[in-house]
Amino acid sequence: MSEQSLTPRDYLSQIDSLRQGIDDSFRDELVGEIYTHATMVTDATVTEKDKGPAWDEKLDWLLTHPIWGWPLMIFIFAGVFWLTVAGANVPSAFLAGLLIEEGGLREWMSEYIGWAMPAGLSYSLYELLHMLMAWVHSPVWLDSLLVDGVYLCVAWVVSVMLPPMAIFFPLFTLLEDLGYLPRIAFNMDPLFKKSGAHGKQALTMAMGFGCNAAGVTACRIIDSPREKLIAIITNNFMICNGRFPTVIAIGAIIASTQLGGGAWAGTVAALTVIAVVGIGVVVMFGVNFVLSRSVLRGQSSTFTLELPPYRKPAILRIIYTSLIDRTMFVLARACVVAAPAGIAIWAVANINVADHPIGLYIMNFLEPLGWLMGLSGVILLAYIIAIPANEIVVPTVVMLILLLPGMADTSLEAGRMVEVGNDQLAQLFAAQGWNLMTCVCFLTFVLLHNPCGTTIWTIWKETNSLKWTTVATLMPVVMGITACILIAATWRLLA
Amino acid sequence: MSSDTTLPNTHPDNCGGCTSCDPNAVTTQRLGVKLDGYDFVVALAGNPNTGKTTVFNTLTGLKQHTGNWPGKTVARAEGAFACRGKRYKLVDLPGTYSLLSASVDEEVARDFVLFGKPDCTVVVTDATALQRNLNLAYQVMEITPKVVVCVNLMDEAKRKGITVDIPALQELLGVPVVATAARRNQGIDKLVLAVAGVIDGSIQCEPKLPPTPPKLQKVIDEILPMVKRMVPGLPSPRWVAYRLIEGDHRIRQALLSGELAGLYPVRLPVAGVVNQPVADGVSDLASEQGEVAHV
Repeated sequence: MSEQSLTPRDYLSQIDSLRQGIDDSFRDELVGEIYTHATMVTDATVTEKDKGPAWDEKLDWLLTHPIWGWPLMIFIFAGVFWLTVAGANVPSAFLAGLLIEEGGLREWMSEYIGWAMPAGLSYSLYELLHMLMAWVHSPVWLDSLLVDGVYLCVAWVVSVMLPPMAIFFPLFTLLEDLGYLPRIAFNMDPLFKKSGAHGKQALTMAMGFGCNAAGVTACRIIDSPREKLIAIITNNFMICNGRFPTVIAIGAIIASTQLGGGAWAGTVAALTVIAVVGIGVVVMFGVNFVLSRSVLRGQSSTFTLELPPYRKPAILRIIYTSLIDRTMFVLARACVVAAPAGIAIWAVANINVADHPIGLYIMNFLEPLGWLMGLSGVILLAYIIAIPANEIVVPTVVMLILLLPGMADTSLEAGRMVEVGNDQLAQLFAAQGWNLMTCVCFLTFVLLHNPCGTTIWTIWKETNSLKWTTVATLMPVVMGITACILIAATWRLLA
Repeated sequence: MSSDTTLPNTHPDNCGGCTSCDPNAVTTQRLGVKLDGYDFVVALAGNPNTGKTTVFNTLTGLKQHTGNWPGKTVARAEGAFACRGKRYKLVDLPGTYSLLSASVDEEVARDFVLFGKPDCTVVVTDATALQRNLNLAYQVMEITPKVVVCVNLMDEAKRKGITVDIPALQELLGVPVVATAARRNQGIDKLVLAVAGVIDGSIQCEPKLPPTPPKLQKVIDEILPMVKRMVPGLPSPRWVAYRLIEGDHRIRQALLSGELAGLYPVRLPVAGVVNQPVADGVSDLASEQGEVAHV
């Protein structure tokens, strides 16, 4: 065989025998050479005026301090949540007026602007759509299906979901732009490592507070497939914006039933959110730990985390990217899944079998399991039909309560989602015999249940695996059912 | 020394549709995602957090999100710009600290620089952490000599009281070096000129690489002729030899399948060896399938 006709395979086997002859120390030597050379080059070209530790080094010392870093982090995130929760009220009410409420913006105007609009001048889009349907002589059932069902559900998702996202995502992007997020990852890395997960999961988890679907997408930054899967599966334990309204509503009910409401309601609601978020984080670490020692066993991979310089955020770009890329993207997806949910919600409330809406039968069927879990058939059914979007759980619960026999005489209209004030909500709850245990179990289930439809869809797209999508969907709901049953049983034993 | 002298002020005879031949008045046209009909491909490599994506956005006029955390640019993004009548496709590679394919990001970046054969690779570096950033620059220069080093974040450096002697750096690296503050759109036109110069050959790159440890050099010297035989057109046989010593699977595969030989055909015919590697690759593939016995 002449030299000319050697194949790459022949060469490679020759090369393989050659590379056996070199010991591994060449790597360190090579890195050393590059380092020395680079130092030589930069020594000759870079001059640095010694200004002492710059302000950013001092800030880094504080923000990544083994002790002070933690309260600061909790404080910053509590601030973000508070701004999101508090700031979303007014725009949410505005959107609800514009899209849903009777009399359009009249109530909003009188409450926030102090302008009492004369009656009969203002309509919400919901009312206008009903008028339009009447004008085209649409059959009543179609009018009800499209406007009370599909439209109302989508409008509800928009009015409840849009404002908190439009506040949370810019704030989150601001933290990102300032350079704070990698510092969180730095602080939390030891914890993630101990739980067998990747340090970058801190970033995807923080993103999950805004929206689990966005958090799952963010898991792309994790290279190791094993740790990426863990991050995707556990993202659901981060209470997303969509679940805030439910947590806040129940917090307000606890305040109003246990403490007589009033001045305490806001504080209790905020504390409830923080408590549930905190428990969620603990659960996330626990599940990380279990997964990384069972089905997703393996070593934590190391990665280089550079603490980027603090930069002056580009405010306009932050608003642009967080509103267009994140908020609108997530909202559009949510609307797509909310529309069919609207049909389902409408169907359970409006299709009658033997004089009763089918929802009633399903609720009766679910009642035993609901009782075991410290909840009720109403809440379970609300969760089943609110799979597409968690935002609509509370209004769906209220709607379903109104379907129950003996509840129809309230001033509220049955058969569609309704918004009620906290005190009214507390009354409705009390009328069902729901107490503090129900609230605690409800909160537990808010935290531990299947991801919303949008997130399930995103998990499927990101993992391309039916198996892991199923695990990510069912594992939390099984955990939630178990936890609720245990809590309710203990509660009843002690009571 | 004024900063204008950092680049040879030579420019091509054919100025295309350019309005002015004054390099200081060069106009870069942002073409966004209009990618069709480009003349050249330019890759953008760099460590994370060097403002690489900002350079990309400034050049193309796109608004790719620049996140201030590592691993943000997950897939590679593409955009285009035009200058002096030539259209350039710009590929934003994921930010990496090296090209050793230790992660998906590094592999994407490495594969593009090697297999995507960009006409020029811009290595974006952080002026405030130049020493650490040079590691990647050297690795890119190992693969291809057609490199422009962009020292970005000069505004940040200034704030921290750091100055970089650009002409000296250019001298020590052997490739064009351009100082930029991409966020303020400073130095971008010079960067474009340097890229154009490297591509049209008016600027010659002679990368000055760190010395190789003698032990490694000895093995590389033995392997180098074999690599040159397998892919005579390869601009970076040394680097491929080094990767083979490391047992780089992707490179082995590319040699076995003839992919590398196909990518880097011999430009000047040399009697007897022209296209030999391609033929070798093909016959090797065939023998792998067990159909043709290799003689």
